[in-house]
Amino acid sequence: MSLQAQIRATVGSFDLDVDLTIAPGELVALLGPNGAGKTSVLRALAGLLPIDAGHIALDGLVLDEPAIAIRLPVEQRPIGMVFQDYLLFPHLSVLENVAFGLRSRGVGRAAATARALSWLDRVGLGPEANRKPGSLSGGQAQRVALVRALATDPALLLLDEPMAALDVSTRVELRRELRQHLESFRGVRLLVTHDPVEAMAMADRLIVLEQGRVLQTGSPAEVTQRPRSRYVADLVGVNLFRGTARHDVITITGGGSLTAVGVTDGDVFAVVHPRTVALYRARPDGTPRNVWKGRATDIDLQGDRVRVRLQGLPSIVAEVTPAAVRELGLDRGDQVWIGVKATEVIVYAA
Amino acid sequence: MASTFWPEMALPPPDRRGPAAAPVPFLILAGAGVAFFVLPLLGLLVRTPWGSARELLTSSEALTALRLSLIASLSATAIALLLGVPLAWIYARVAFPGRAICRALTVLPMVLPPVVGGVALLLAFGRGGLLGGWLADVFGIHLPFTTAGAILAETFVAMPFLVITVEAGLRSMDTRFEDAARTLGARRWTVLWRVTLPLVRPSLVAGAILCWARALGEFGATITFAGNFPGRTQTMPLAVYLALETSPESAIVLSLVLLVVSLAVLVGLRDRWLGAS
Amino acid sequence: MPSRVAVGLIAMLLGAGQSACAAPAASTVGGSITVFAASSLTHAFTRIGANFENAHPGAVVHVTFAGSSTLAAQIEQGAIGDVFASADQPTMQRLVNAGLVSGSPSIFARNRLQIVVAAGNPKHIGGLADLSRAGLVVLLCAPAVPCGRYAIQSLRAAGVTVTPASQEADVKAVVSKVALGEADAGIVYVTDVKASGAAVQGIDIPARFNVTADYPMALLKDSQDAVLAGTFISYVLADGQHILAGDGFAAP
Repeated sequence: MSLQAQIRATVGSFDLDVDLTIAPGELVALLGPNGAGKTSVLRALAGLLPIDAGHIALDGLVLDEPAIAIRLPVEQRPIGMVFQDYLLFPHLSVLENVAFGLRSRGVGRAAATARALSWLDRVGLGPEANRKPGSLSGGQAQRVALVRALATDPALLLLDEPMAALDVSTRVELRRELRQHLESFRGVRLLVTHDPVEAMAMADRLIVLEQGRVLQTGSPAEVTQRPRSRYVADLVGVNLFRGTARHDVITITGGGSLTAVGVTDGDVFAVVHPRTVALYRARPDGTPRNVWKGRATDIDLQGDRVRVRLQGLPSIVAEVTPAAVRELGLDRGDQVWIGVKATEVIVYAA
Repeated sequence: MASTFWPEMALPPPDRRGPAAAPVPFLILAGAGVAFFVLPLLGLLVRTPWGSARELLTSSEALTALRLSLIASLSATAIALLLGVPLAWIYARVAFPGRAICRALTVLPMVLPPVVGGVALLLAFGRGGLLGGWLADVFGIHLPFTTAGAILAETFVAMPFLVITVEAGLRSMDTRFEDAARTLGARRWTVLWRVTLPLVRPSLVAGAILCWARALGEFGATITFAGNFPGRTQTMPLAVYLALETSPESAIVLSLVLLVVSLAVLVGLRDRWLGAS
Repeated sequence: MPSRVAVGLIAMLLGAGQSACAAPAASTVGGSITVFAASSLTHAFTRIGANFENAHPGAVVHVTFAGSSTLAAQIEQGAIGDVFASADQPTMQRLVNAGLVSGSPSIFARNRLQIVVAAGNPKHIGGLADLSRAGLVVLLCAPAVPCGRYAIQSLRAAGVTVTPASQEADVKAVVSKVALGEADAGIVYVTDVKASGAAVQGIDIPARFNVTADYPMALLKDSQDAVLAGTFISYVLADGQHILAGDGFAAP
């Protein structure tokens, strides 16, 4: 069961241009800031948003292809969707909610009820079958929403920020549970989130979306180790530079340069972990090949580390100990020398 | 957030907050409002000739008029539901050229003097009317001076109340529930029956009640279009009006009957059907 | 001209209870009176009122037209006026019995019934007997209204049974619906047929079946200006007569 989608659509003032492939057995997370178009992608796959061009096919079944005038209506697509605020029908009981999809597809009342009940039992909500959704806790509602979507045996399961409506304190445990349930689902799974921790905890592969475009895709490890966008770099907490490399010297777009080791010439990204940035009062001699002056614009105590934002060519963020800050007598606005070893500059092709 | 996925839990139910929670100016104004309605009704009760009430009430004219009123008003409400709910749905969900004008025309019977409405109905459905002549020639259907005509007149003036109320309900509901239903495989008809209409049930009920009440009290359009004939077109309001000319006591007693029947229905339905559960 | 008649119908039906102010605004001397008059007197009393004001500068006459029984009911319930001109005796008697009349009423005009049909008499109605023809849509006034009582009397005298399609609360409604073409015939007053012009015509009812409606007028006990009211009543009995005759009323 696999998904192939090329989605070109205009949503309001916003253009969506996304290519997306999900292989059998993959749990893919669509990660991006708010407004990136993540929910629109889900809606396009569900059929709630018409695409202007492109093609959506689930295991060969064409769901949407404007060029040949094929558009399968929502209700005919073999999908299940878990909405951000669950959208459990308030006038129906939990059991009726879960049985809704089955009944809509023609399953008789008795059979539908039985299957719905067994799904509810699977997530431990059998006893709540006759309650109304309004009286459920967040975690319970999420589980009901999930089994409601799963009850019809969809080929494609779409989850829109499934943890967003929950208390932070319950999230960790519920995330684990959700992952377990998703693991046993055999169809294609696509999860949308703006929470990187959630994405990395749950997904096999990440697709990073920003402004309607895919910026990067890869396993959580690949994406975080080799970020290709400011957004991911910020998520991970590293310094990201873009520039042109020539003979191990990277000329950074925006000013400044960094020397690295063993770099192939061409368009590159360079990553520098804040922890590897050293600060000095006086110009250092010795090993660091990258030395330049900067001004400390922000000094932030974060736990037992201090993050120092430095303006210079290039600007960079350093992470040092509080002791180091004291030693340097570092204050906002102070000028310091910045040193980064060439070996600590991670470079990869753009 | 809470209001989107648990709509019933959005606000504390009104009953839990006592009068002490109301601002004083509101209490005063509201009190004046209540008095405004209660006093005329009290006047009616005080002037009721309780002694002869029983025989006036059980007279065949009174019972006939009451039965006719109930049949006509309930029929009018049924027709209003049948035609009005789809109309409200279209106004709420489908944008088409001329929608604003259509809506204005639908509301027109609410502002038109009922007698004018009656004349308009004659011009449309009367013997010499736009449609009436054809209906009579082709189907042998005559509407003026018939019970059907009385029902038509009542529907004409009362249906707008239903349409407006239901349309408002449809516009204010969260349509994403319909999206959710569709992703579960529900076709349009199923979405309508199992999701949309149940979610707007308070508006449906309120609209139907308003419509029924208006139809029950309708006078001008009925007497103009359907005329006045005991047992056929003489509804309670007409009976009251005519009784007023010869026997005010009869009129008062009949009015009281209308009042009691209406109160019984309205009180019986209450909050339970109108919203907060 | 159905649309013109329709407008007329609206005006008349809405007009039940309408007050016709028949005078210019200025008046310091002379006083003002309110006259309650049966709706069949609309045309005549409007003119009589205007003439009276011209003849008595400074006097103002307000006339309110409605069904006689409606007016009587309003007076019983406390409506304040000076003169009551009724379309029938029993209604006036009601007020006399209730002690609301000052002095005794005087008959100021007589009216008779006539069958009203659409202009051209398309259904070829010759007399009362024709009204019981099958398939004919006939309108009568409601029995509670004088015109309705008289019609029943007349039909009984002629031995004709008529099941009306409707018993209108107001004689004007009968005329209007016949004019509109919604009804084939109705029994109204001679004066109503005359007042309706070209849209309708009248079929006479022979005297032996007809009913003479005596129109009594009386001074109301609660009159605020009994002198002026009395003058008005005398005026109607004298100078107003030719106007009444012109409208089709018979002399008292």
